[in-house]
Amino acid sequence: MTVRDISAAEAPIWHHRTPAGRLALYAGWLGLVALFVWCWNLMTERTMWVFVYDAPTAAADLMNRAWPPRWSYMERLWGPLWDTINIATLGTLLGIVLAVPLAFLAASNTTPSRLILRPFALFCIVASRSINSLIWALLLVSILGPGILAGILAIGFRSVGFIGKLLYEAIEETDASQVEAVAATGASQAQVLNYAVVPQVLPSFYGISVFRWDINIRESAILGLVGAGGIGAQLQASLNVLAWPQVTLIIIVILGTVVVSEWVSARVRHAII
Amino acid sequence: MLSVEKLTKVYRTGDKALTDVSFEVPKGQVVGLIGPSGAGKSTLIRCVNRLVEPTEGTVRLNDLDVTRLRSGELRRARRRIGMIFQEYALVERLTVMENVLSGRLGYVPFWRSFTRRFPGEDIAKAFRLLDRVGLSAHADKRADALSGGQRQRVGIARALEQDPELLLIDEPTASLDPKTSRQIMRLIVEICRERGLPAIINIHDVVLAQQFADRIIGLQAGRVVFDGGPAMLTEEALTRIYGEEDWTAMQQSAAEDEAAEAEERAEAKKMMRAL
Repeated sequence: MTVRDISAAEAPIWHHRTPAGRLALYAGWLGLVALFVWCWNLMTERTMWVFVYDAPTAAADLMNRAWPPRWSYMERLWGPLWDTINIATLGTLLGIVLAVPLAFLAASNTTPSRLILRPFALFCIVASRSINSLIWALLLVSILGPGILAGILAIGFRSVGFIGKLLYEAIEETDASQVEAVAATGASQAQVLNYAVVPQVLPSFYGISVFRWDINIRESAILGLVGAGGIGAQLQASLNVLAWPQVTLIIIVILGTVVVSEWVSARVRHAII
Repeated sequence: MLSVEKLTKVYRTGDKALTDVSFEVPKGQVVGLIGPSGAGKSTLIRCVNRLVEPTEGTVRLNDLDVTRLRSGELRRARRRIGMIFQEYALVERLTVMENVLSGRLGYVPFWRSFTRRFPGEDIAKAFRLLDRVGLSAHADKRADALSGGQRQRVGIARALEQDPELLLIDEPTASLDPKTSRQIMRLIVEICRERGLPAIINIHDVVLAQQFADRIIGLQAGRVVFDGGPAMLTEEALTRIYGEEDWTAMQQSAAEDEAAEAEERAEAKKMMRAL
């Protein structure tokens, strides 16, 4: 078959958009710009510009007082830092223990009861997710009193929703034909889970858990602000007495820990996938 | 022996997948089930082990009415029916050995299967089967490290590990190249002959079906429209199953394919001898 030559004159003209579509697009952009201008006006209505103009000087002044960091304060940070890491790790483990059964109850392909248990599990997951760890910590500190335990529980309760949601989505995405094949051998429900579902979700499970641990290191660093133990308590104490060089040091330590935890989690996830 | 009587399946959407399907498969017979896509081939073989629940009719396996069983009894019945799948349906992240041993899941208690401590005779049988399908060197490889043909051989070993009394085979060659397809079909038929196993093979490749099956059943829109020996599958019968098409030309080109394959094999043998 030969391709017929089409001369430029008789070639049909093709446009990505119709003229009306193009006009609508321009109108849309114009609308967005107008919205932005209006929002900007609303936002700055009550701004006192003197303070804003003054900002560079104020910032420079703060920097002056905060630098150099007070390195000798480090000896009093090792303990709280260790607490912070423990809060994150134990909290993540608690989250995993609670989230795994919930995820299997919530996944539409493994749930034993669609009408009662699945909505219940989904509700638990949503409830856990909708409350920030700091709020969980506030509630738990007022119930249990200040300390590490409240921190661990706060991190654990917040992690349940995160791990549960991602895990049940992974379970729902498993290949149904592998499940069908194992069921066809006469395997029991528990054996089907063990042989067909678990091997498929295991890589996501490890990835999700390590990722959450990494997030929890960051979150547990500020839980001390509400009295739930860890390095955040030191941060708050230093802020209260305006000891800026100590604040600088604490921020550097938190930054370092987060970098290390991120590196670890990236390495682990890389090793599994 | 398998007997299917007046089997009807209506899906919840109201689609009638099967209508009054009846046939019997005696011991040792290999049945090729052909028909256009959507004719109900897949549904039919899944009704036999009730991966799909039939709406009406009965399925009897050696006098056991499979359609009436409750879940515990159904699991025991499924152990006697081996199944081989279109895209192999191996558990990709488990090893070849674990996949083959999963054929014994209906026989071992949960904790033994969970800790992978299967009885010695099951393991010995798995090794014999892997040897039979030519994969004994790959027992500890992960299933997703194998090629398509090798994976389907693992699928065959898994089904045989069940000591089945019937094989249900769903499009075993759909994702394989023509040469591997022939090898897999030849292996399946050989094994059925060795063990006197009855088998139902869903297959869309008419020529392969004619070449390897003892008997052909043609489905069209959920009804049996042909049932007879491969030689009886005339152009007229094919038109009844699939509709109008130039069947002679298709069969000719398939014959050429096979001739080319035979030549290739002869050539390979010559080369081996030369070495």
